[in-house]
Amino acid sequence: MGSSRSSLRRVPDGQQLLQETGFSAAVLLRLHQRFQFLDKDSRGHLRSEDLEAELSENPMGDRIVGAFFQPGQETVDFPSFVRVLAHFRPTEKNRTRGGEQPEPANSRNRKLKFAFQLYDRDRDGKISRTELLQVLREMLGLQVTEEQLQSIAERAIQEADLDRDHAICFDEFRKSLEKVNIDHKMSVRFLE
Amino acid sequence: MLLFGLLLLLLPAGADLSGSAAPLRGPVHASPSAPPRLLLPQPAAERGAPGVASTRSAESGDGQEEPAAAEHPHHGGGYRVVQWEWSYVQTPYVIAIWLLVASVAKIAVFHLSQRFTTVVPESCMLILLGLVLGGVVLLASKRQLYQLDPALFFLFLLPTIVGDAGYFMPARLFFDNLGAILTYAVVGTLWNAFCTGFCLYAAKLLGVIERVQADLMDFLLFGALISAVDPVAVLAVFEEVHVNEMLFIIVFGESLLNDAVTQVLYKVYISFVEVGPQNVQTADYFKGVSFLIVSVGGTLVGLVFAVILGFITRFTKKVRIIEPLFVFLLVYLAYLTAELFSLSAILMTFCGIGANKYVEANISQKSRTTVKYTMKTLASIAETIIFIFLGISAVDKSKWAWDTGLVSCTLVFILLFRAMVVGQTWVLNRFRLVPLDKIDQVVMSYGGLRGAVAFALVVLLDAEQVRAKDYFVATTIVVVFFTVMFQGLTIKPLVKWLKVPRSTNRKPTINEEIHERAFDHILTAVEDIAGLQGYHHWRDWEQFDKNYLSKMLLRKSVYRKSELWEAYQKINIRDAISVIDQGGNVLTSARLSLPSMASRASFPEVTNVTNYPVAVPVEPEEDKADQSDPEKEEDVGITFVARKVETPKQRPKSLDVCQSPSPLHPSLPSEDSHLPWKGGVGSPPPCVSVEATKIIPVDLQQAWNQSISSLESVSSPPAPAEPVHPRVSALSRLGGSRPASYTGPIGAAPAQAPAAFCFPERKKLMEEEEEEEEPGASQEMQPLMSAPKLPGAPQTPPPPPAPPGPGRRRNPCVYLRSLVTPPPGGGAGSHSHRPTQL
Repeated sequence: MGSSRSSLRRVPDGQQLLQETGFSAAVLLRLHQRFQFLDKDSRGHLRSEDLEAELSENPMGDRIVGAFFQPGQETVDFPSFVRVLAHFRPTEKNRTRGGEQPEPANSRNRKLKFAFQLYDRDRDGKISRTELLQVLREMLGLQVTEEQLQSIAERAIQEADLDRDHAICFDEFRKSLEKVNIDHKMSVRFLE
Repeated sequence: MLLFGLLLLLLPAGADLSGSAAPLRGPVHASPSAPPRLLLPQPAAERGAPGVASTRSAESGDGQEEPAAAEHPHHGGGYRVVQWEWSYVQTPYVIAIWLLVASVAKIAVFHLSQRFTTVVPESCMLILLGLVLGGVVLLASKRQLYQLDPALFFLFLLPTIVGDAGYFMPARLFFDNLGAILTYAVVGTLWNAFCTGFCLYAAKLLGVIERVQADLMDFLLFGALISAVDPVAVLAVFEEVHVNEMLFIIVFGESLLNDAVTQVLYKVYISFVEVGPQNVQTADYFKGVSFLIVSVGGTLVGLVFAVILGFITRFTKKVRIIEPLFVFLLVYLAYLTAELFSLSAILMTFCGIGANKYVEANISQKSRTTVKYTMKTLASIAETIIFIFLGISAVDKSKWAWDTGLVSCTLVFILLFRAMVVGQTWVLNRFRLVPLDKIDQVVMSYGGLRGAVAFALVVLLDAEQVRAKDYFVATTIVVVFFTVMFQGLTIKPLVKWLKVPRSTNRKPTINEEIHERAFDHILTAVEDIAGLQGYHHWRDWEQFDKNYLSKMLLRKSVYRKSELWEAYQKINIRDAISVIDQGGNVLTSARLSLPSMASRASFPEVTNVTNYPVAVPVEPEEDKADQSDPEKEEDVGITFVARKVETPKQRPKSLDVCQSPSPLHPSLPSEDSHLPWKGGVGSPPPCVSVEATKIIPVDLQQAWNQSISSLESVSSPPAPAEPVHPRVSALSRLGGSRPASYTGPIGAAPAQAPAAFCFPERKKLMEEEEEEEEPGASQEMQPLMSAPKLPGAPQTPPPPPAPPGPGRRRNPCVYLRSLVTPPPGGGAGSHSHRPTQL
């Protein structure tokens, strides 16, 4: 641990990220190595191509890569990279982080928000039928016909749509996943 | 095959019965050779002959019985019409009787007392029952005739249970927790076995165990067979406790996978005991390797058979009727093959796990149901037999070689080491995404039940070589009884007290299905980006599955179906059933909601549409119940929905049928487009009928119409911005566009099963109707309805597709029936699809 703390100095914004994301120093170092590995030309930031190369098989790859970039920006630097990944840190049951930000990135709410924004491409705060259809199409590919996709989407929206605006807003989204253990389903075990 | 196996079980019983019956019958029963021969398997098994031997002897006994029976009629001398043919029917008869006893016992157990059975698990009751039966047999014949025969157990009872468990194992959950399961099964069981063995030996050396004559090897052998958690017991107890799935899968998975460890240890020690402890070195090397062979071999056998099974079911389209048979046969063959090579037969659960996905996709819905229920039936009866026979076996003086020291030491060590095994969890938790907390660990250690496997293994011991066998048998019985009865009895309160998260029976909604799939993709992507080798790399496997396995093992027609679509269909069907179970009743729509739409109030907009049926404020429950039952009794609720294409036109008029009790809205049909019942009319005059049955057709009809009309709205997708709700406009479109839109979904779907495909479309719409299931009420009321309905049905001619005229009163039940049974040769015939399979 001591060695990782000292080498943390090489990581940009190391201490602050440690505080902000809740990652341990070892994880942060590991992620930094990974970042440098992805950053083939050592430019200090990643472009979407760098990330996409890792996700060629993933049907939602584009969306997830997109989530790493702030709107309008072409590149992502290490701190933002880590902040995005911090959404997927498992929540610890016991540790109370009093005094810090009230809502760490790995809270249930933030996790859901992250997922929600992957659906909500036009960022109007709602998953419209078209947006949902698009996701379904990406996930299911050629396995189903367009009619089937539409009926699934239709049903999903009807199910979740509480205010009947034919779209799923974040609250409705959260409500529809009320029973799902998001902490389990949206967490990745980061290696120490 | 199973039946034949059960022969084994009942042979002694048969022999007994025939023996006692023989004096009564005199010369007619002229097969004196058969009964003694049939008796053979019992002593043989009891003396610890390996299972195969006793099987063979049973076979020979059976073979001999046939000729004896065949010559039977000839040698009675005179010609008799009525003869006592006991020896001819003996074996199957006794089997059937035993099965009957077991099944009736189950009924008795469950109906004994509602309150009692919620507290006492079924397995305990069955063991108690077995004890009583055993006592009766012992008193009657002075000697215990029955016991749990290891051959019977391993060849027939265990595979049915394990096969069922494997086939319906939630594969994803199982593989997500595979690390933990394997750790517990391998490391935990090894630790348990060695520690128990050594500690018992130490206790012996210290003089705590006095009478037992055994050395280290014997104790190690005993430790090996007593330390394995038993799948049958775990299944029986945990199914009633309903702990959360993760906890269950870990304990149950462990109990399945530790079989390989137990088996290897058992065999190795047996060989040690045979060879004598002096010459152990040579066998020692063999030990480590054989575990791998036994476990990997068993798994491979399972997987090979899974591939064969998937491949065969790919081609069963023309022989649907025998589809389920393939499943049973191949799963069973996998088990037998593993036994044949003395691999870990229980590991052939992988056959079920692996094949499930492909088989379920390949076989028809009916076959799926058949497979499910047959497997559950067999497994349940096998479980019943096992527990009853455990009880019976215990009542046997010859087995009771009691040594208090041994018994108490074993109990203490078992509990202690089980608890310590679970202590390894902290190591595991370092690698788990979802750590197992203290409470989980307590339940896991407490759930380490021993059962029939241990008993069968100990009975199989050779008394010549293991001199302490009788002590071991007695101790095993005590341990099994203690864990199954005491722990089984107390685990429920414990789980409650610890507030262990329970499993919910809630089925996922379509949103959850979609989003969880998306989450999987997201997590895989995140792991890829972060460069982690995580759990979500099972996606790689999924890719392989998609590219190769599915192509090979799935039919072309189902290959393209996606799981999400399947899930969607299932949800729809579930909703449809719940709607139909209530007879499409929407009387109380205000407080209705669909099961799939948890925790939601009904949408007003939908309620508008669904509100139009007459509201009967008086005793809605009863009406609802009445209406639901015709559908249920006919078991064709879905047929009704799927077929009746013509009905939409009837919707407005059908309301008029309601005139019989009291007129509702005379103007209704013409005002269809603005839905007068919606609000303008206020609360419509309630149509209260003295006879509840008279309302039925009305509401069924209406429910049906709603579903059709709502079908309309979706099959012609509504414009999002449409000011009037689509369903409303759909209502006005009812007449013309229906047929076209109806065929739409069919055309789009693969040709394989049109009904199955178009059906969900409708279902989906039905769900809009916001119906609520009221399971209890509907069932209780069934008898009310069945009386008028059944007699009326046969003689009525099928109704014309046109709706009944406003003034025309029909017997409601008859009308309902006519909707359900296809009119012979009528115009509707061309429309009728085969009943949608549920």
